[in-house]
Amino acid sequence: MIEQISFYVFAGLLIFAASMVITMRNPVHSALFLVMAFFNAAALWLLLEAEFLAITLVLVYVGAVMVLFLFVIMMLDIDVARLRDGFARYLPIAAVVAVIMAIEMILVVGPEHFGLAQFAEPARHASDYSNTKELGNLLYTVYLYPFEIAAAILLVAIVAAIALTMRRRDGTRHQKIEEQIAVKAPDRVRVVKMASESNEAGE
Amino acid sequence: MSELFDTVWGWGEFVWSFQIVQIVLGIVALMVPLMLCVAYLTFAERKIIGYMQVRIGPNRVGFFGYKLWGLGQPIADAVKLMFKEIIIPTKANKFLFLMAPVISLATALAAWAVIPLNDFLGIADEVNAGLLFVLAITSLGVYGVIIAGWSSNSKYAFLGAMRSSAQIVAYEIAMGFALVGVLIAAGSLNLREIVEAQQGNLGFLDWFWLPLLPLFVVYFISGVAETNRAPFDVAEGESEIVAGFHVDYSGMAFAVFFLAEYANMILIAALTAIMFAGGWYTPFPAAMVPDGIFGLLIGSGIHWFVIKTAFFLIFFLWFRATFPRYRYDQIMRLGWKVFIPITIVWLLVVAVMVLANVGPWFD
Repeated sequence: MIEQISFYVFAGLLIFAASMVITMRNPVHSALFLVMAFFNAAALWLLLEAEFLAITLVLVYVGAVMVLFLFVIMMLDIDVARLRDGFARYLPIAAVVAVIMAIEMILVVGPEHFGLAQFAEPARHASDYSNTKELGNLLYTVYLYPFEIAAAILLVAIVAAIALTMRRRDGTRHQKIEEQIAVKAPDRVRVVKMASESNEAGE
Repeated sequence: MSELFDTVWGWGEFVWSFQIVQIVLGIVALMVPLMLCVAYLTFAERKIIGYMQVRIGPNRVGFFGYKLWGLGQPIADAVKLMFKEIIIPTKANKFLFLMAPVISLATALAAWAVIPLNDFLGIADEVNAGLLFVLAITSLGVYGVIIAGWSSNSKYAFLGAMRSSAQIVAYEIAMGFALVGVLIAAGSLNLREIVEAQQGNLGFLDWFWLPLLPLFVVYFISGVAETNRAPFDVAEGESEIVAGFHVDYSGMAFAVFFLAEYANMILIAALTAIMFAGGWYTPFPAAMVPDGIFGLLIGSGIHWFVIKTAFFLIFFLWFRATFPRYRYDQIMRLGWKVFIPITIVWLLVVAVMVLANVGPWFD
């Protein structure tokens, strides 16, 4: 009973947050609603006893990805009014695309594929059952090769992203840390010994 | 009379039978001492830094006409801040402006849910992904800073928020890797099992700080950086950007940010004590702990957890009294180019040590 109530509460909040993401005028508000959507999705996963996935969703998407998103969005000066200019013009084609998408999704993940008739209700586990351990076992035994290939692809993507930003431009200045550390006081300050000047000129 | 007592007792039992009542009372029993600790940590900071700089620190405000070494100072500060007006800038986003301090404090306190205080006390310490939960919740604290900086609609606050988010993302990776090391060493994500993996007869030599020494140092320094404390407090940087993200806050809204910062410090210190310093276990070898009252005193118990947390807290204050603020590019360099490589290398070393059953930790 309580589980069902919490499911509908979180699912309702998730749909509300998701629709706010695409309707808010301010992109920062959209991003914050996306954070809320992630939270509610994590709560739904917790209800499914997938605590590792739920916490990782919060950790990776909310804790890292969305922070970087906000970082960029907050610095952009987006003219919201101009963005909404084409709304009416693109509405027909957007509606067609949306309807096609909805039909496709219903065909692929509709109730006839994922209902209780196709899958038995998953067994409840005791509180000492560790989802994380189970996931680790599967990833590193049964799905080892797909896992490693995915890791390699991600690594290539990281290297590529860094390589793209590493281009040498003229006029950029770099800190040379080893030079900064090696600096001694005589490199910066020159103490000059000189005879005191005569008073004639000064007075 | 006894009838009245029975009725009250009966009602008490009835209320107690709801699990939610037990949980809420447990949370209150943990939060009240914690908030008192936070209040007196601000006092301890001023006193300790005062002594380090050969000053006296606050010593006037006491209770009922007695000065009591200034012990009334945090209470007086709290009362003062409560009665100050909360000024909301005209062009600020009011809802987010007021939500930001709430997010800061909530994340600092929520992580305490999975922290075991000793071998049986804790709110939800049986959660078997406790370490992940702590990591996820502490990574949310940055939202308070970002939202505060953005919703204030002020350049200084915004600069502080930008600095803070870049810094926290950088140090979170090193922190996460250090925690992976703990996870490998303990073989569990549950914080109580992590402490129990450090049990042994050698006292403090059994704890994880020794085999995981580089990770321990990286974790603690990253913790200082994550809490935006000196020498990593460029998000506040009072000499460059006034006070950074909370420059437009006043009264209780400011006080909540302040409380969140100190609650976060206590949290990081407690986590360090749990993961690297054996939680509630005594630092003395088992052979040295006698029976009787004296044995209770130096044997394992919650008091050791408190002492260790206080020990690590002193470091936060010591750092603040000692080090000048880092330059921003040096913070980034330390996080990305020094800490992350160190943790990755030591992860391999830890994995080999666990596989080779290196004693006395992994046998």
